Amino acid sequence: MPSSVSAPDRVNDFVVKFANVNGTGSASANSLIMKTIFRMGVPVTGKNYFPSNIQGLPTWYEIRVTRDGHAARSSRVDIMVAMNAETYQRDVREVVSGGYLIYDSTWPRSTLLQRGDINVLGVPLAQLVNENFDGVRNRILLKNIAYAGVIAALLDLDLTVIDALLRESYGKKPKLLDSNSRALKLGYEHAKRHLSCPLPLHVKHLDKTRGYIMIDGNTAAGLGCVYAGATVGAWYPITPSTSLMDAFKGFCERYRVDADTGERNFAVIQAEDELAAIGMVLGAAWNGARAFTPTSGPGISLMNEFIGLAYYAEVPAVIFDVQRVGPSTGMPTRTQQADILLCAYASHGDTRHVLLFPANAEECFYMAVKAFDLAERLQTPVFVLSDLDIGMNDWMCRELKWDDAYQPDRGKVLSEQELASLDKFYRYVDRDEDAITYRTLPGTSSKGAYFTRGSGHNQYGGYTEDSTEYQFVLDRLKRKFVTAARYVPEPEILGGGDGKLGIVSVGSCDGAVREAIEVLARQKIAVDYMRIKAFPFTQQVETWLASHTTIFVVEQNRDAQLRALLTLETQVEKSKLHSILSYSGFPMSCDPIVDRIRASLAEEPRLSAVPAKGPR
Amino acid sequence: MSFINKPKVAHPSLPKNALGLTRRQYEGSMSTLCAGCGHDSITAAIIEACWELDMRPEQLVKLSGIGCSSKTTAYFVSGSHGFNAVHGRMPSIASGANAANRELTYIGISGDGDSLSIGMGQLVHAIRRNVSMLYLIENNGVYGLTKGQFSASADIGSQAKRGEVNRSPPIDPVLLALSLGATFVARSFSGDKAQLVPLIKAGLRHNGFALIDVLSPCVTFNDHEGSTKSYTFTREHYHAAMEADFVAPQQSISVDYPLGESTEVQLHDGSRVILRKLDANYDPTDRGAAYAYIEGKLKHNEYVTGLIHINESSSTEFHTVNRTSQTPLNRVPFERLTPGSAALEKLMARYR
Repeated sequence: MPSSVSAPDRVNDFVVKFANVNGTGSASANSLIMKTIFRMGVPVTGKNYFPSNIQGLPTWYEIRVTRDGHAARSSRVDIMVAMNAETYQRDVREVVSGGYLIYDSTWPRSTLLQRGDINVLGVPLAQLVNENFDGVRNRILLKNIAYAGVIAALLDLDLTVIDALLRESYGKKPKLLDSNSRALKLGYEHAKRHLSCPLPLHVKHLDKTRGYIMIDGNTAAGLGCVYAGATVGAWYPITPSTSLMDAFKGFCERYRVDADTGERNFAVIQAEDELAAIGMVLGAAWNGARAFTPTSGPGISLMNEFIGLAYYAEVPAVIFDVQRVGPSTGMPTRTQQADILLCAYASHGDTRHVLLFPANAEECFYMAVKAFDLAERLQTPVFVLSDLDIGMNDWMCRELKWDDAYQPDRGKVLSEQELASLDKFYRYVDRDEDAITYRTLPGTSSKGAYFTRGSGHNQYGGYTEDSTEYQFVLDRLKRKFVTAARYVPEPEILGGGDGKLGIVSVGSCDGAVREAIEVLARQKIAVDYMRIKAFPFTQQVETWLASHTTIFVVEQNRDAQLRALLTLETQVEKSKLHSILSYSGFPMSCDPIVDRIRASLAEEPRLSAVPAKGPR
Repeated sequence: MSFINKPKVAHPSLPKNALGLTRRQYEGSMSTLCAGCGHDSITAAIIEACWELDMRPEQLVKLSGIGCSSKTTAYFVSGSHGFNAVHGRMPSIASGANAANRELTYIGISGDGDSLSIGMGQLVHAIRRNVSMLYLIENNGVYGLTKGQFSASADIGSQAKRGEVNRSPPIDPVLLALSLGATFVARSFSGDKAQLVPLIKAGLRHNGFALIDVLSPCVTFNDHEGSTKSYTFTREHYHAAMEADFVAPQQSISVDYPLGESTEVQLHDGSRVILRKLDANYDPTDRGAAYAYIEGKLKHNEYVTGLIHINESSSTEFHTVNRTSQTPLNRVPFERLTPGSAALEKLMARYR
């Protein structure tokens, strides 16, 4: 037997990974364990690595217990719960030396499970469950709860917390509550009797999750749409954005249905495709409703023609792109940030679009609201560039708050009275010299009637093929993008460095970057950090880039799309920007960032943009 | 096209409708279509229908896609908002607009290319969704702006201007709509204003998706001998199965209809459509029979016109299915849309 991983310093700081078969109900067991740790006051992150499949393919769930509250995944695995014979071989390989492997010992141990430097713990899970429960499906489901019981014993999880969670889940179904409690106890007691519990790696109560919640980004974004007052949502189902509309619909059914009449203050339209979905959003927004569509990369590709119309005809729209791995169908259940350029310049002709980059579930909520304000203020499509990691994984984040004083910014919309006071209404005349013109809604008054078109138009809204008239409008649209930079969120800037060496990043890289900065600081390498929250880039972005001399651009795509956008849209010298890229499809860990920066500094001044090796 | 802009001032003796508006006030900008284009006759019929319906211009929303037909929304009711969408995608704009404000009246103008090729998917799904709107196809069997290619509605054997003969079977929008369960399906001819105007009025007042396929010859690319969509061919082959009269809610019936030959259908706003059957065996409320009748006539190159099918009692209209609030969604006050801080605080317990 190899020795245990050295004891006290790994309490509340380790990774447990579950290897399962998808469609067997393992998700509820895994989230039960994660939620228990969270309720014990210990920060956690959970990452679900699932296949694009309904049943039968391998799936993993990774829980990082992180007393320091890191948000990124860790690339190490301390404890592997190997429940999938098909993936034993690779799962065993992944465990860190001195770590633990838990497997179902009902059947003889596979030779694949041999490894001298780890602790292999067998529990006859199938046997335990088969002896105590009936029904094939039932046994499959409860075997998961049984291993949760084993883990509870090994990690010293608080049984009262687990019990409360089970009651919350199955309180209304006493039969289910009973079988789940019994299965959990089976695993727990077996582990207590036959294994040395707890492991040196275990969980102890802390008080670091008070004021926090566990929520996924899609749910938070859907909730944000409800709070922002969105009334029309149109979509076509696509992974990983589907749960955003599910959340919106669920919240609307709770908050937007008249108790007396059953009338609904919302419309969710499942469109025939993404082209229709964005068309519906434009129709609704043109008609004065706050409207949005959630989608992913392939959907954005389809929407391009309409996005150009919205840009040119100046129709508000909110588009959530929950990014997944491309190109083409790519890997639908893996994460990436590879739609940055696609969204920034979507559609043919000269177009540029406003982008928001949430870094976590909490920002999905607030940026959803912000997106509607921006779309209506600027009369243009606004993209919220989330990703699968943010959208579908549970994130520990501060409790969401709402300011009841909030009033939506509906932008420049003329009322009937305001129209009456005008000599004549022209749709695209820049009265305020901020490049944003006034619009009217159908039904207001015939004086405000105008013709919305994607064909060449002059500032009066009339059709034109006259170069001067056409360019006049196109140039104003360019100025409107300058105005947009005044409205979008400023970057988040973190000091700590010498003001010369810095990291620039976006979105879900944030956790990995922050952890890398901490690791580097311990190695006496001080680095500044700027997290960009929006495009167009603000003056603060420009200033920060100008003042730093060596800048690492961290992003999750192959082609350094953020770096490309920075070189196109700011004055920054291209040679100052060095890429650290991760495009494996798995969420980033801090390792490639730390390794790359250390290596680069060692071989200074020859810094080059070689992609770092992604985890696995 | 006409080359003279009409003066804006109308002669005081012009007849006015109940809103005190003349027909001139339902006109739009000058048409840029070819002189003699069937589409311009349809535009005139729409203007007449809106005037007769006492439609407030701001209550009407005009939508279109791309093509000759889609240009025409600029040529009527300039006091209405218009939206010229991208090619074939007008139905989605209409669906979204209608979702946001159920109180306005929506008219979509499309063509055979816009509806039956590039926009087929959206048309089909707007019918399925039963979005309340009048969807008018100006059908000429040919692509005009790109100079004379066959469209998907071109008949087998029809000859193009340059001599090419079409060998692919046509997609007939009327049969398509019937097969999908559309609740208002009509066909007419741009040269028959007397038939077209009441159809447009009834379509605008129908509670649900109303499709009117209007045969509208293209004088430039499809009006020659050998074409089955020319004025001459259409006049010789169209066959009115029934004539529809539209009777507004408060209006009394002034014509005596022979007993047994007319059917009355009440629309949801109280107006009525009186159908005078020219073929005694025809029943426009029987969808299956209507389909068989139309298909049988088509085999002999005969286009049945009139209100082919109507089902005013359907409950599949979009807002009915959605149970949308009677207050249009774009006017529901923000306070009723946002649940507020207390609700959020309560909700957070679910995620702790």
